[in-house]
Amino acid sequence: MKYKSQQVAYWFFALSMLLLALQIIYGFIMGFAHMGYDGLHEVIPFNTARAVHTNLLVVWILSGFMGAAYYIIPEEAENELVNVKLAYIQLITLALVGVAAIIGYHFNYWEGRKFLEIPRPLDYLVVINVLTFLGLILATLFKGKKRTTTSLVLTMGLVFAALLYLPGMIWFDNQTMDSFFRWWVVHLWVEGVWELIMGGILAFLLIKITGVDREVIEKWLYVIVGLTFISGILGTGHHYYYIGVDKTWLIVGGIFSAMEPLAFLGMALFAVAMYRKGEKKHPNKTALNWTLGTAIVSFVGAGLLGLAHTLPQVNLYTHGTLVTAMHGHLAFWGAYGMIVFAIIAYTMPNMTGRKLYNTNTGLLAFWLSNIGMLGMTVAFGVAGVAQVYLERKVGIEFGLVQKEIQVHFFILICCATLFTTGITLYMYEFIKYGRPTNEALVD
Amino acid sequence: MLSKSQARTFFLGGTVITFAIFLGLSWNSLSNAVPKQTHEENLTSQVVRGKHLWESNNCMGCHTIFGEGAYYAPELTKVIDRRGAPFVKAVLTSKAPWAPNGRKMVAYGFSDNDAEDLIAFFTWIGGVDLNGFPPKPDLKQ
Repeated sequence: MKYKSQQVAYWFFALSMLLLALQIIYGFIMGFAHMGYDGLHEVIPFNTARAVHTNLLVVWILSGFMGAAYYIIPEEAENELVNVKLAYIQLITLALVGVAAIIGYHFNYWEGRKFLEIPRPLDYLVVINVLTFLGLILATLFKGKKRTTTSLVLTMGLVFAALLYLPGMIWFDNQTMDSFFRWWVVHLWVEGVWELIMGGILAFLLIKITGVDREVIEKWLYVIVGLTFISGILGTGHHYYYIGVDKTWLIVGGIFSAMEPLAFLGMALFAVAMYRKGEKKHPNKTALNWTLGTAIVSFVGAGLLGLAHTLPQVNLYTHGTLVTAMHGHLAFWGAYGMIVFAIIAYTMPNMTGRKLYNTNTGLLAFWLSNIGMLGMTVAFGVAGVAQVYLERKVGIEFGLVQKEIQVHFFILICCATLFTTGITLYMYEFIKYGRPTNEALVD
Repeated sequence: MLSKSQARTFFLGGTVITFAIFLGLSWNSLSNAVPKQTHEENLTSQVVRGKHLWESNNCMGCHTIFGEGAYYAPELTKVIDRRGAPFVKAVLTSKAPWAPNGRKMVAYGFSDNDAEDLIAFFTWIGGVDLNGFPPKPDLKQ
């Protein structure tokens, strides 16, 4: 760690870990409910568990991204963060807004729009919070000595993510319009600007870990984020097939979303190639595992499993079934969960000064969580494909089909237990590192 | 071999061009297709009240419409065709818990007026031209 203010990142990571733990608990509630054990229905009905599960996901990932930015930007710009106190205020208010929203979901206080359930008054607080964050990052960047491509791509991703939150706040009477603009937020986040953020963090990690020349890494970063936008922006069309807009989107969305895996393939090849090319062997193998892991698993989860049901002929049958949950879980984990884990694994020894680089716990955490999540993906996939055939092809009633596929949720819960064990070990390591200290500062 | 500035041009140029096409296609859909395909002339204040109720109770947290939402409870796009309005109204107004095939729904106990608003919303949703969704079960005997 070169700058004292980089320590702010630690607290964002800590918030991130706490929210992830809660997200997993609500995931189990939903898994059991799908299996038929919905004992908590009176207190936490499924729609509450679902809103909490997905919103916590968004907030812990965003908190991780913010932590990453607070660590990376001072280092890349060669400048202390302009206002550390304000960063802490931003952290606390982010946590408070998140907690208020989550509590509200237990009392029927929400806006039932998938992923954007946060009620409107809290939306405005989110906007103020994110503007504060961006202000700090941009001021640090522009007052700094250097503006590297890595920091610019990361910042561009964060600014666009904030801008794209706005179309989701417009009220429409027409459900089709509502859905149309909701995807401007959700799709253009996860299949667009979040990939910029991921690419920026990945480039930073590869520069630090592999020692490959910055110019080479940043050149390929441009190519990858270029592929992301070229395929991803028009790829939004794959959400417009069946919501009440014209058939143009079937062709445009089909073609461009089928190209979306290219960006992730690029990311995977890029990470592996840079690792092979690198002469410097950084001792932090845990960070290396997560860095290569995120590039590869995101290609499988976001790229390939997305491709599996993105063509309109297939999506007609799989749209709105558990097949989506299959893709969603591995995609979010591979692309965004793991990149946050990678940056945490890289920064913790630098911030705390404890060089726990290659512990068995760390290695076990990596493998258990990944194997667990792959197993969950398979369980969702089997349940989803069975659902598609029984319900959409054979025409058996929804409820009867759900009974038929209950068994797959038992497997899902077994794999989720494995995943949770991995996450628990990772969090155990996180705690074991202790707090950041000024003694860890290096020139 | 590709230089860094060429790579940057690829990124910026590609982004601007695809985003411009995206905006154009969106404009076309929203101004031409949406009014026709969604029968905007039938979008009454009652339907809008129904949409408010749909959202304020997070029905999408269990069900789907247009295939969007959660996968815990049935797709409701064509629910009025499938079940008929009286059945739907009975479910919505019921104060007793309702659990088809053992899967529980929150007993909302909506008033008659609210239930009518939601039914108007579902009826309007059912009339939207969704390019063939939901599909007909083609293997049904």
